[in-house]
Amino acid sequence: MRHTPLEPSQTDAVAVTATAEVRITAVGHTYRVGDGEVLSGIDLNIGAGEVVALIGRSGSGKSTLLHIIAGLLEPSEGVVHIGNERVTGPSAAWVMMFQAPSLFPWMTVAENAGLGLRYSGQKEGVDDRVAEVLDLVDLSAFSDRNVQDLSGGQQQRVALARSLAPNPDVLLLDEPFSALDMFTRQSMQQDVRAITKRLGLTMVLVTHDVSEAALMADRAVFLKSGSGKIVGDTPVGLAPKARDLNNPDFQAELARLNGIYSQMQTQC
Amino acid sequence: MTTTSDIPRSARAFPSLARYRGVVNGAFGMALLIFLWWLGGRAVAGNPNMYAFSSFAPGPTLTRLWTMITSGEIFEMAGPSLYRVGLGMGIAAVVGVPMGILVGRVQQVREITNIPFQFLRMISPLSWMPIAVMAFATWDAAIIFLIMVAAIWPILFATAAGVRRIDPAWIKVARNLGASRTHMLTTVILPAVATDILTGIRLALGVAWVVLVPAEYLGVTSGLGYAINDARDTLEYDRLSATVVVIGVIGFGLDTLCQKAISRLNWTKTS
Repeated sequence: MRHTPLEPSQTDAVAVTATAEVRITAVGHTYRVGDGEVLSGIDLNIGAGEVVALIGRSGSGKSTLLHIIAGLLEPSEGVVHIGNERVTGPSAAWVMMFQAPSLFPWMTVAENAGLGLRYSGQKEGVDDRVAEVLDLVDLSAFSDRNVQDLSGGQQQRVALARSLAPNPDVLLLDEPFSALDMFTRQSMQQDVRAITKRLGLTMVLVTHDVSEAALMADRAVFLKSGSGKIVGDTPVGLAPKARDLNNPDFQAELARLNGIYSQMQTQC
Repeated sequence: MTTTSDIPRSARAFPSLARYRGVVNGAFGMALLIFLWWLGGRAVAGNPNMYAFSSFAPGPTLTRLWTMITSGEIFEMAGPSLYRVGLGMGIAAVVGVPMGILVGRVQQVREITNIPFQFLRMISPLSWMPIAVMAFATWDAAIIFLIMVAAIWPILFATAAGVRRIDPAWIKVARNLGASRTHMLTTVILPAVATDILTGIRLALGVAWVVLVPAEYLGVTSGLGYAINDARDTLEYDRLSATVVVIGVIGFGLDTLCQKAISRLNWTKTS
């Protein structure tokens, strides 16, 4: 397990400045005709390089919204734009990380990390790029290993490297650390934020855990279950050093966000 | 997990031998089989009514087998048979694997084909013999067809079952990373079901090798089945039983090759 922050030299080698804003316009979704709407009239602009947490209980449509942003689900109404492009399907420019790492056990760590590059038809520089992203997630020493030998946290790091390899503009996270133990989870949360910030990526994170949002996000957006609407949108005002569970500022901010969260749940 | 109580008393008494227990038991099984064969040979030789069949015994059989090996006769016999089984199995795999993937992936195809396939599967491949003889211009083609019919079902069903067990999250991950249909097939589906396909091929080979001999009783004048029939007609019982041994040894060898390939391609980690 690793808690040391990333050294600048590790990330300077990765030449990524790609970033894009995400514009969600009047998105609504119904899974089946006759069923109620899980999302209705969602308008949300996420700035380039911004980290936004979508917070809500299960059934609030937060994961549905993320799948729509990723192009894995076509919304019943509305459109999503990423940069200048309208989202009509999955793309290497906006990549989703799931709850389970779902690595392919018949491939090595490096082969798993390079999957997106292979799919995009890239032939040259694949090995170098894979080495870069594995270095970024601190798994260089594991590149030829069988993924089944890795711990849960390491597997999720490979999944992160796999998502980062094709140079995405936007990283979408669907509760990707919920299966990890507390310590691994916290170090992953800090590292993923650090990596995204260094690469300048836009990130949308779905969670039901307010402290995860407070640790990782610049802005917290609350979704209410039942109505499928955004009921709260507030910046997370924390200095980089304050993003630590033991920091008093963090505790205060967490209390504020928790207050908003519980208030949202009781309001109609 | 092995605890001391799981190890039989005898193995515990000879720890140095316990390591070779598998090999020793295997050799013992072989010796037992040959002993029973020898015993049977003795009984036949001692019975005046059956004396004519005494060359079925291990002695004459193995002597004849040696002559067959040194003269190259064994390769002349086995070559055409292996060619027929190989071609029949090859066609069965080329048809069965894609069909199996389709049946496993597409619910509608699965529902439509289920009853016809289960029905066809239960028909003994040999019952197609008269139809095969009428339908194909050459005896060889008819035999290859019969082997194909025998081999296709295990391959198809094993592939379909493997495809249905594929973790849907793998498909989602690949789609999310921009995998095309070809990528989905070559980097997810085929590697995920490689062991299932090979297990199907292994089962199919068992059936095909069994079907081969009666199929070669058809008009052809080459192959192991023909050799058995021919030896019976010429009353060369040592040649007949030597051929039986050859059939068994080749079948065993092919099965071992399949097992080796399966364990090589198996990505499941057993700790």
